[in-house]
Amino acid sequence: MTRIPSSGLWILVNIAVLLAAIGGWALFSRSGIVPPAFFPGPGKTWDAIIKGIENGSLVAETGETLLKMAYGWVLASLVGVALGAVIGISPWARAYVAPMLEAIRPLPASAVAPVAIVLLGLTDTMIVALIAFGAVWPMLLTTVHGFANVHVRLGEVNRALGLSRLDYVRKIALPSAMPDILAGMRLGLTIALILTVVGEMITVQGGLGSRILLASRRFGAADIFAGVVLLGLIGFLTNALLGLIERRVLRWKKR
Amino acid sequence: MKSIRAFAIPVALIVIWEAIFRFRDVQSDTLSTPSRIVVALVQGLGDGSMLTATGDTLAAGGLGLLLGSVLGVVVGTLFGLVPVVSRGLRLTFELLRPIPAIAIVPVAILIFGFGYAMETAIVAFACFFPVTILAEAAIRQVPPRLSEVSRALQMPLAARLFKILLPAALPRLFVALRLAVGIALIVAVTVEIAANPMGLGQRLMLAGSSLRPADMFATLIWVGLLGWVLNLGLVKAQHVLFPRMAGSSDAAT
Repeated sequence: MTRIPSSGLWILVNIAVLLAAIGGWALFSRSGIVPPAFFPGPGKTWDAIIKGIENGSLVAETGETLLKMAYGWVLASLVGVALGAVIGISPWARAYVAPMLEAIRPLPASAVAPVAIVLLGLTDTMIVALIAFGAVWPMLLTTVHGFANVHVRLGEVNRALGLSRLDYVRKIALPSAMPDILAGMRLGLTIALILTVVGEMITVQGGLGSRILLASRRFGAADIFAGVVLLGLIGFLTNALLGLIERRVLRWKKR
Repeated sequence: MKSIRAFAIPVALIVIWEAIFRFRDVQSDTLSTPSRIVVALVQGLGDGSMLTATGDTLAAGGLGLLLGSVLGVVVGTLFGLVPVVSRGLRLTFELLRPIPAIAIVPVAILIFGFGYAMETAIVAFACFFPVTILAEAAIRQVPPRLSEVSRALQMPLAARLFKILLPAALPRLFVALRLAVGIALIVAVTVEIAANPMGLGQRLMLAGSSLRPADMFATLIWVGLLGWVLNLGLVKAQHVLFPRMAGSSDAAT
């Protein structure tokens, strides 16, 4: 949840604190507690970002990371919502399929990476599959929850109108489950970014994850920090963007 | 009856999987059969290699969990007690929070090298943010009447903190701990898979890359079991320690 300070004064205070924190970072890196070669300050990090943007490599690799993350996340959303809808409205699926999924769910997604590598090789397809596998769980669970908890009265409306099953899903269940689904998609987004980085660190074939890993092998600390800053920004901005979409999609719902 | 239905499909899949490999005589470097995976799991546990790896992962993960949770509870309590601090630091906090813990692995490698310290630092970083948020919420949700009592008694801050606020927030803090334990295990294994040559993550990667699929799947199942047992233990402990929280225990997961 992104919590944005409300009043103008608080925004100024927050910006001042952020600047102070950056100043503290600069002082810490200059103090030499950790060798500056391993812990560059904001200035060197900024230089590395600018240099990366100017020669284009940073932009290209950020794009690659974003693309993989988007593919995996969209795939997970489609599978998660579809499967979740089936389990949510079908008592049969809830009895037979749901317990099996419950048993697989706590498995750390990254632990599946070796299996994905063995099956799909060190490829981008493997990374996308890994992302989708990890990000699908929150969406699946929240969708099941949303579909299973459609308000009783809406169920009565459905029966009174004699809607077909498809119409029930499209016109009643899906809109009513939407807040849950979006919350799951938001959780999935965080997981997607993490697994993108994990996947790229394993394959080392482009993207920010492989960029920062390669930078650490040649002791390019400033490049690592530049990559970490960008990854943080990706996390912050994608989450904020989804928040905006959420507010727009759910504008019918009084908060 | 319910459990029969729950087990029907998994058992059928396992039997079919085993049967295909048995009757078609499949030779594969990438897949194994359920029976061979069980044998590999028993062997791994028998020769101690699985337990050594588990110990490494739990040591680094546990230390990071401790460090991150203690820091998180301290900062979260401060945020909860002094709303001005919380509101002032919000932007900085929210900009740091979305950094994937795994992304600072290269930084940690430079500073600490490979091994326990690096993994501990990453796990601590990963646990810190969620614990801080939940601890802040826990302190905020202490009933105002309790704070009024402490004011009426004119308790000094330390007494108010340790006699009123923290005990009242304890059930919610325990939920935060449960969440953090899950994160710690996942992050520890992930760090080992991505970079750190030790523990269960490395065992997984080695088994996969040296084409020992039975061993790989056995380790994977072991990691899953470990997470499951840890969570089950904490849920049970929660029911015993804080029976009143039992109903809302899943709110934070």
